[in-house]
Amino acid sequence: MTIISEPEQIGFDGPRAEGETTQAPPEVRARGRAAAALWHYGPILLVFALFIGFWYLTHYVLLSENRRFIVPPPHDVIRESFFNDVARSELAEGLVNTARIALYGFVIATVLGMAGAIVMAYNRTLERALFPYAVVLQTIPVLALVPLFSVWFGPTRTARVVTCVLVAIFPMLTSFLFGLKSVDRGHLDLFKLHGASWFTQLRKLQLPAAMPSIFTGLRIGAGLCVVGALVADFFFSRGDLGLGRLLNNYAKQLQYERLFGGVILASLLGVTIYGLISWLSNRSLRSWHESESGHS
Amino acid sequence: MSTSSAPSTGTATIDGDDVALRFDGLSMVFADGTHALDDVSFSVRRGEFVTVVGPSGCGKSTLLRVASGLEGNATGTCEVDRESIGYVFQDATLLPWRTVQRNVELIAELHHMPKDKRARRANEAIELVGLDGHQDKHPKQLSGGMKMRCSLARSLVMDPKVFLFDEPFGALDEISRERLNDELLQLFTGVGFAGLFITHSIAEAVFMSTRVIVMSGRPGRILADIDIPFEYPRRPELRYEPAFAELSGRVSTHLKDAHG
Repeated sequence: MTIISEPEQIGFDGPRAEGETTQAPPEVRARGRAAAALWHYGPILLVFALFIGFWYLTHYVLLSENRRFIVPPPHDVIRESFFNDVARSELAEGLVNTARIALYGFVIATVLGMAGAIVMAYNRTLERALFPYAVVLQTIPVLALVPLFSVWFGPTRTARVVTCVLVAIFPMLTSFLFGLKSVDRGHLDLFKLHGASWFTQLRKLQLPAAMPSIFTGLRIGAGLCVVGALVADFFFSRGDLGLGRLLNNYAKQLQYERLFGGVILASLLGVTIYGLISWLSNRSLRSWHESESGHS
Repeated sequence: MSTSSAPSTGTATIDGDDVALRFDGLSMVFADGTHALDDVSFSVRRGEFVTVVGPSGCGKSTLLRVASGLEGNATGTCEVDRESIGYVFQDATLLPWRTVQRNVELIAELHHMPKDKRARRANEAIELVGLDGHQDKHPKQLSGGMKMRCSLARSLVMDPKVFLFDEPFGALDEISRERLNDELLQLFTGVGFAGLFITHSIAEAVFMSTRVIVMSGRPGRILADIDIPFEYPRRPELRYEPAFAELSGRVSTHLKDAHG
């Protein structure tokens, strides 16, 4: 039984399904897609080409002949790092170890950061009591603590993971907490009105509402964990061989091609993790959140 | 019932007559000293649609917050069955990450209604407010009017005996608002509930209500309680009839007093 008549359509401008309105011939559509792809990726590729060009320019033109070795050209970097068996296996091992440390650190920082944020969002007094220490944690130069960790834990995986966690946890916690607390007042009233428990409110209101901020925290944290893993590695001359120590060694041995190769791998690691989280964020938020609605 | 600082939880049936909601000597002073309500007494019977109009900040919304239990620091009595309240807020307060269907199920979900029953009731409510076919949309794909319908459907799922409306259509354009007024009245006569409606619009108040209560500026007191005798169902054209204009004029005069 419909008591209310037909749905009002005034001001309705929801997204229309693609292809409903555009029924151009296939070849025109294909050309349109190609143009769109070019428009999308063209600028990115152009900047990449400019960057490579500048790299070559630096090596062959800007640097005098006897100083060229400090910026080896791209093709030498690739040959020496990725087509040399020794370097390749070293770098591969380093990459795997560093990625593993960063991942452990990231998971632990996420869990601890989330737990801390939930506790602080639950109770204002707890937040007042704990948050200053989170700030202190952030302002302590973690780099200064790394030698201490190696005394406490030895040059172990633990020491490296702890470094990652300490570097990453504060920005993550702050983003999570901000998300959990920026819940619409009306929504809070609604949940209170219908007797929702604290846990129900957390699960059905605060966590979903915080998702955009949570993803921001994850993105920042992932990058910092890679940094943390590299930095920790710099300080340890023993234990698992990581990218950080390799970079350090290559620099000392003046193997600049391999040093550049290591830097490229470290950046790729960061970029990959960042891309993965962005993809996840887009997948889970695009149906409702403004920040991701443009990407779909 | 309790007359202390905490309003009664009002689980008892009220006096055996058909009063659904009763305020008696209700006063409210906020922690910051703002005197919001002063000795407000009136009741809403089943089958009545009572609208409260008054200047901004006169405590109209506070009245609803006290009735629903969201505001607990009032003195005086408020008798109502809290388990059976539908509350439509100023904003639709839909959860943006949920589809229309899942939004409409939300309140039932919070009350632990079994899943299949919840889905069935939600579908009925969605049909009732005319959102059929929009179940899988997200709120950002809906117009303001459709959001309010969704919000309405969400409360309808629980089949409340008392409906509190806090300026639900205030943000809509005139055409959408009148259309929703018509439709809400159809719901009111079809479903049957006691309605307490807050608005700024005199036309809306007179068109919807069996009674219009005019409140003064802060602290809110009742200045007038005007019967609106038109039969239900009310046709949209009622808005252009002389009797309607005359009643609107009376409400308007009292409102001018309210503004002092």
